[in-house]
Amino acid sequence: MAKKQQTSKRLNSVAALEALRKAIVASRDPDKPCITVCGGTGCLALGARDVIAGFKREIEKGGLEGKVSLKITGCPGFCEKGPLVVIKPEDILYQQVKAGDAAEIISETVKGNIVDRLLYVDPNTGKKTTYESDVPFYKKQKRLLLGSNSSIDPTVIEDYLALGGYAALGRALSGMTPEGIIDEVKKSGLRGRGGGGFPTGAKWETCRKAEGEKRYVICNCDEGDPGAFMDRSLMEGNPHSVLEGMIIGAYAVGSHEGYIYVRNEYPLAVKNAEIAIEQAEEYGLLGRNILGSGFDFSVKISRGGGAFVCGESTALMASLEGKVGEPRAKYVHTVEKGLWEQPTNLNNVETWANVPLIIKDGAGRYAKIGSEGSKGTKIFSLVGKINNTGLIEVPMGITLREIIYGIGGGIPEGKKFKAVQTGGPSGGCIPDSFLDLPVDFDQLDKAGSMMGSGGMIIMDENSCMVDIARYFINFLEGESCGKCLPCREGLKRMSQILTGITEGRGKDGDIDLLERLSATLVDCSLCALGSTAPNPVLTTLRYFRDEYEAHIKDKRCPAGVCKALVTYSIDEEKCPGCGLCAKACPVEAITDMGKKKPAILDKEKCIKCGACYDVCNLGAVIRK
Amino acid sequence: MKATKPDKQKIKSILASYQSDPGMLVPILQDVQAEYNYLPREALVQVGEGLGVPLSQVYSVASFFKAFSLKPRGRHLINVCLGTACHVRGAGRVLDEIERRLGVKSGETTKNMKYTLETVNCVGACALGPIVVIDGNYSGQMTGSKVKPLLESYK
Amino acid sequence: MVTLTIDGRKLKAEEGKTILQVAEDNNIYIPTLCFNEAVKAYGACRLCLVEITRRGREKLVASCLYEVEEGLKVKTGSDRVVANRKMLMELLLARCPNNKEVQDLARKLGVEETSFQQDDNQCILCALCVRVCQEVVGVSAISLVNRGVDRQMGTPYYEPSDVCIGCGSCAYVCPVGAIKFEDIGDTRYIKWPNNKMEFKLKKCKTCGSYWIPERQIEYMMEQTGLPPDTFDNCPDCRD
Repeated sequence: MAKKQQTSKRLNSVAALEALRKAIVASRDPDKPCITVCGGTGCLALGARDVIAGFKREIEKGGLEGKVSLKITGCPGFCEKGPLVVIKPEDILYQQVKAGDAAEIISETVKGNIVDRLLYVDPNTGKKTTYESDVPFYKKQKRLLLGSNSSIDPTVIEDYLALGGYAALGRALSGMTPEGIIDEVKKSGLRGRGGGGFPTGAKWETCRKAEGEKRYVICNCDEGDPGAFMDRSLMEGNPHSVLEGMIIGAYAVGSHEGYIYVRNEYPLAVKNAEIAIEQAEEYGLLGRNILGSGFDFSVKISRGGGAFVCGESTALMASLEGKVGEPRAKYVHTVEKGLWEQPTNLNNVETWANVPLIIKDGAGRYAKIGSEGSKGTKIFSLVGKINNTGLIEVPMGITLREIIYGIGGGIPEGKKFKAVQTGGPSGGCIPDSFLDLPVDFDQLDKAGSMMGSGGMIIMDENSCMVDIARYFINFLEGESCGKCLPCREGLKRMSQILTGITEGRGKDGDIDLLERLSATLVDCSLCALGSTAPNPVLTTLRYFRDEYEAHIKDKRCPAGVCKALVTYSIDEEKCPGCGLCAKACPVEAITDMGKKKPAILDKEKCIKCGACYDVCNLGAVIRK
Repeated sequence: MKATKPDKQKIKSILASYQSDPGMLVPILQDVQAEYNYLPREALVQVGEGLGVPLSQVYSVASFFKAFSLKPRGRHLINVCLGTACHVRGAGRVLDEIERRLGVKSGETTKNMKYTLETVNCVGACALGPIVVIDGNYSGQMTGSKVKPLLESYK
Repeated sequence: MVTLTIDGRKLKAEEGKTILQVAEDNNIYIPTLCFNEAVKAYGACRLCLVEITRRGREKLVASCLYEVEEGLKVKTGSDRVVANRKMLMELLLARCPNNKEVQDLARKLGVEETSFQQDDNQCILCALCVRVCQEVVGVSAISLVNRGVDRQMGTPYYEPSDVCIGCGSCAYVCPVGAIKFEDIGDTRYIKWPNNKMEFKLKKCKTCGSYWIPERQIEYMMEQTGLPPDTFDNCPDCRD
């Protein structure tokens, strides 16, 4: 088999890297219009593939490759308005773009015009905003990490290099000692972004000092909290930022082998990470003798198998050893004895992505952002009952009110805010009395919740807090590894009690039993899955006890969610006889009696799916 | 349900692509499942032998992780997202409707082997919830009434 | 050597020993279920949890795993420990209400009944059987299958195992008698919660008693290279 002669792209020094960067920038026309389309999973689900195909077709048809470029990028965060298109270099934002809009966007862009109808309209003022930075959703954000997403095609390393990528690595390898790097990370105040909030610099220091023949660094991309997709967007959209952080970290702790553990449900993140590794290796930014420094470091990708518990560090490492994802006691920490019993430094995706920022611009600059105990920015996934669903990046210390109303645009349909769930299944529900709480690690802990990985689920008056507690306990029951007694048996019993309450079988003593069980899970569970599992129950009991009591004593669900406690009926005064509800009913429980005659709902046949309630605009379907 | 007899050479090449590293058992099993749409028994035996890992441990791992199916699966894989954001927007009702229409519960396969219904805890596209993924195709803003046309679009 | 306090008693112990070992050395009772000296500590049953004070903070740790340190203060029966032990026992009793050993232990720890809906299992999922089969016997015929509330112990597919040698170590080590093991005539019957197997036993040339599964002999010959006539006589008839 003939071997293809390839000119080596290997960069043998930091100077060569900088020279390459200059060459890349010089070869690009900064004024040439570039149509960037978000190719993240969210926009793809909204039809971005067709939009991209549309652009490609139109550019080819018109022979316009010389006049306008097309780039498929990572997630710019404003998922509610996807598919998103940003025209560079001006940063004109087009929202909810369809394949059929491609021709017009191209022709207008080439002429230097704007397509008015695709601009974002601020629902509060009715005004259109042209530029990305003017959109209220983006105004209060500080997008140090996500900001470059719309300028980078994650499968093109040169895009990352053009923006200054790997300069931090260059700085680290040319004149900084490992101890110096660790010092810088310590000074920055960076705390783990995966949920633990442990000071990153201190972790690296302990790992470096630990005894062992080999040491490993791991990137935890097992993002299991339902409703959180920050890590997905970082890994899909800018994998090099994570990789660069890992290489710097590996150099600092003295590791030569790393793993990126990506959950199975993120195929695009796996693909883009693989491409990034390949391209970094080609340039000698990864692998042997990185940038001619003599430092070797290689990275492998491993996929999860669909287990939330594998987000826990010891379970993740067990899975990397080919075993089931069972955690073990952490009396000896994984930095001392981790993967294959060797010192292992595990950090979350977002934590790693912060490292190049700190090393490139210095700890001092980084530490200026954020609050006293929580430096830097945090990416949150703002989802649920909120107008502007998406990913946001804000400085630590911003208040919940600013996030929910200032960035999130408030609650849809004018409904009332009820609670925000932070920290995923390990976190808690925070009510409106805390809206002015500054969001950082310590403040959220004080309110009984936690930062977690960054999921922020907004709930309104139609969310039942008992149902939410039941939901989380059910989720954890299904994800428990089953090793330890309190978690496995305890979650099963908590689930039985909560399900009973939501089905109208709650009894006196249930709340007390839930509280006692919670105490045992907190004290006795082997790992954090079990010990934090009671948090949603405990916070909802703390702030919404009246709802529990309504379910138990009155057999009533105030929010109208718990099927067994809710009945649907037709308001004869309001019903005009339009027949929409009868059409919507999947089990033909509603009879259309004709115009001006109220429809009849058969309560025996009704399966309480809520389809009639959803479809009636006149409030003629009563749900109580 | 008919079991598949896996091709020994195929399994061998999957093992080789991971240098028969026992630590890579989970990705190896994923590649096997991608090939046969489930994990055939003979494949587990061969993987165990190839990696020097007892069958009981391979079986443990195969039965621990939700991604794996030890039984043959339907032609179309339906994944209903039950993540928190989707739940809050009514994913439970979408699942109920799919279960009702197909006559199977989550985790089961229809008798005609057309659909396997699973639930997944968050695919990371929360802005579009509730989401149903069929064969890797995402359908967002699902409601009970959209289930029938969605299912009918699959042969 | 380190000095530590357990229940107010000042004790000296070798570094590297666990709290449980030191307690046992000094006749201090700590309940256990998933612990057995023959295999590595697992920390799953959580019954051995004790309260320690370290750097001014109190927490519960598994005494079977936690190694002693200089100045460690341990309480094996504080209110917090006792309340948790009782709740753990209630959970176990709800899982296995008809198992005699579980009932006995519950009574010993002051738990008469459980607040929870009762199931009917015999196996407590301590995994001693699995661990012994893997670490001591070296065969790994059985493992823990499924996860969470569906967890069970068993052979792959709950079918007769190709590698099980019928030694019965799993039944021997089970703390609650959930694995049944019976020799009737020339056959050994082993019954696990989810399936069972039969093994042909070898007859002693001297006394005629059936004493060891033939499969076990094959395995031992493989491992040790000893000739087959080593196993012609049962242990009682050997010189």
